[in-house]
Amino acid sequence: MKALQKIQSRFVPIPMENIDTDQIIPARFLKATTRDGFGKNLFRDWRYENDSEANPKTDFALNNPLYSGEILVAGKNFGCGSSREHAAWAILDYGFNAVVSSFFADIFKNNALNNGVLPVTVSESFLQKIFEQGNEATLSIDVESQTIRIDATGEQESFELNSYKKTCLLNGYDDIDFLLSRREAITKFEKESA
Amino acid sequence: MGKTLFDKIWDKHVVEKIPDGPSVLYIDKHLIHEVTSPQAFKGIEQRGVPLFRPKQTIATADHNVPTINQHLPIRDELSRMQVEQLINNCSKHGVELYGLGHPYQGIVHVIGPELGITQPGMTMVCGDSHTSTHGAFGTIAFGIGTSEVEMVFASQCVLQTKPKTMRINIEGELQKGVVSKDIILYIIAKISASGATGFFVEYAGSTIRSLSMEARMTICNMSIEMGARGGMIAPDETTFEYVKGRPFAPKGNAWDKKLTEWKELYSDADAIFDSEININAAEIPPMITYGTNPGLGIAVNGHIPVLEHISDEGEKKNIEKALQYMGLNSGASLIGMPVQHVFIGSCTNSRIEDLREVAALVKGRKKSDAVKVMIVPGSQQVAKQVHAEGLDRIFAEAGFQIRQAGCSACLGMNEDKVPAGEYCISTSNRNFEGRQGAGARTLLASPLTAAAAAITGVVTDIRELI
Repeated sequence: MKALQKIQSRFVPIPMENIDTDQIIPARFLKATTRDGFGKNLFRDWRYENDSEANPKTDFALNNPLYSGEILVAGKNFGCGSSREHAAWAILDYGFNAVVSSFFADIFKNNALNNGVLPVTVSESFLQKIFEQGNEATLSIDVESQTIRIDATGEQESFELNSYKKTCLLNGYDDIDFLLSRREAITKFEKESA
Repeated sequence: MGKTLFDKIWDKHVVEKIPDGPSVLYIDKHLIHEVTSPQAFKGIEQRGVPLFRPKQTIATADHNVPTINQHLPIRDELSRMQVEQLINNCSKHGVELYGLGHPYQGIVHVIGPELGITQPGMTMVCGDSHTSTHGAFGTIAFGIGTSEVEMVFASQCVLQTKPKTMRINIEGELQKGVVSKDIILYIIAKISASGATGFFVEYAGSTIRSLSMEARMTICNMSIEMGARGGMIAPDETTFEYVKGRPFAPKGNAWDKKLTEWKELYSDADAIFDSEININAAEIPPMITYGTNPGLGIAVNGHIPVLEHISDEGEKKNIEKALQYMGLNSGASLIGMPVQHVFIGSCTNSRIEDLREVAALVKGRKKSDAVKVMIVPGSQQVAKQVHAEGLDRIFAEAGFQIRQAGCSACLGMNEDKVPAGEYCISTSNRNFEGRQGAGARTLLASPLTAAAAAITGVVTDIRELI
């Protein structure tokens, strides 16, 4: 997993609530057996008319040339529904390194963190302030200090991140390396609970 | 202070708690399927580590499989490759696979319980959000992503932050025509699609105690639809009776020993939950959803909310968008609205009791000519039982099509899809946009309400047919 320390970037706003992982990556794209290439199908059915890349839906933020950046900003309960990690892979592959919302579904949050995509939970009012910014506005996210700032106004909020996950993100460590290092303790646990 | 059922099981499975971090949680049983496992197998291969405890993982093919002609090669090339890769991965890594053609094949959350793999007090995970189903046995069972599947492969553990606990007490007798699917749709409508996010839910009360195991599974199955990490029910005689004698259930002395342990699995009288909700069973009607998340549900004879009456702007926008997708009007009633499809299946409602209920209702009746009806049993074992009890004849006479086991039109990964713009009353768990096919419009309901619509061709209050 790649390390993530700071992001300063413009953002893509999708001010919808309850965005489920079926929208982020529809089931028909789950037939792949690798983690690569999901970005082109991110929000596929919100992005294209009749599944045709020749017919982009112009009112959808990803198709709006005014918006770009490494940060996706969305309404509350982002990533609900299916546990498909393909949703996090699609977001990362498209080029987003952070998702900002006032509320994340639990499984999505874990999946994002396990792929080095930072879920940033902000208050509902801060989220609305971000949505009110113009398309040129930038956000600064700092993992070390756990803060997110609207650069134009200087308003900022801190977000939650446990120190274990913070260390993982800052250094690009993943949970599997950690668990592999604990196999002796796990074997001991198995013997004791048998 | 007493302990909750959740805490009792959780505490027994924590290998280590990382300071200001998650816990290393030991997993007793790991279920896998073809869609969320290939990248995890690849992951451990790239790291050069073997499966740590291959005997504790069980595989089946369900999401992607066709539900007709399962003896023939899968026609869709990508689906075929994914299923073949599961076969190769399982054989290479020593994982037991109940694949196509195996008498134990079926939807992963149907086969676990019916084979006795799922047992009280366990921790169970699967790369599928409806793993919460297994909580009906008093297990901590939850869905995980593929990176976490890889963690279990590598260490038989996952890293998990302990969720908060919620208890939902349901007391009293259900109205006629109201079944467990209505209970869970009612709860989700009441607390919303995110109302239990961050919580692990225990369902309790006299109504829950009176339910069969299969009815309890339907409730736990949809816990994820209100955002819960999982749902669970304390095991009791109903549970023990169900597990006893199943292929993987403990036998002889081992059974007696386990039974003694299982009888301790309940929330202590003085246990404190972070949140409690009380529901009177008598107020639960037959339910149906009108929107594009499972929280947008109403009594089948009720009315869609009037947009102007919704004060929360975000919610109003949500419902407006949902109604536009669904082609429905603010304030309208769904009763009498024509539907084109009825899907009876999925890990929520494809077990033998569901199909018995449907058969009892449709016996001697015929489906409406305007509706296509598909019944997809949850497993080969369910299909066998359907045949043994002669339910297949009842369905055939009613004009219902019976298919072979799989996830099918619940998520439309195979060819079982609902065409754009058409309505499907579905016993599955999600009504998201495009879930049953691009542009498909899903109305979630119980098997009884779905069967009633199959007969009349329109949304029907089941209480008028029984």
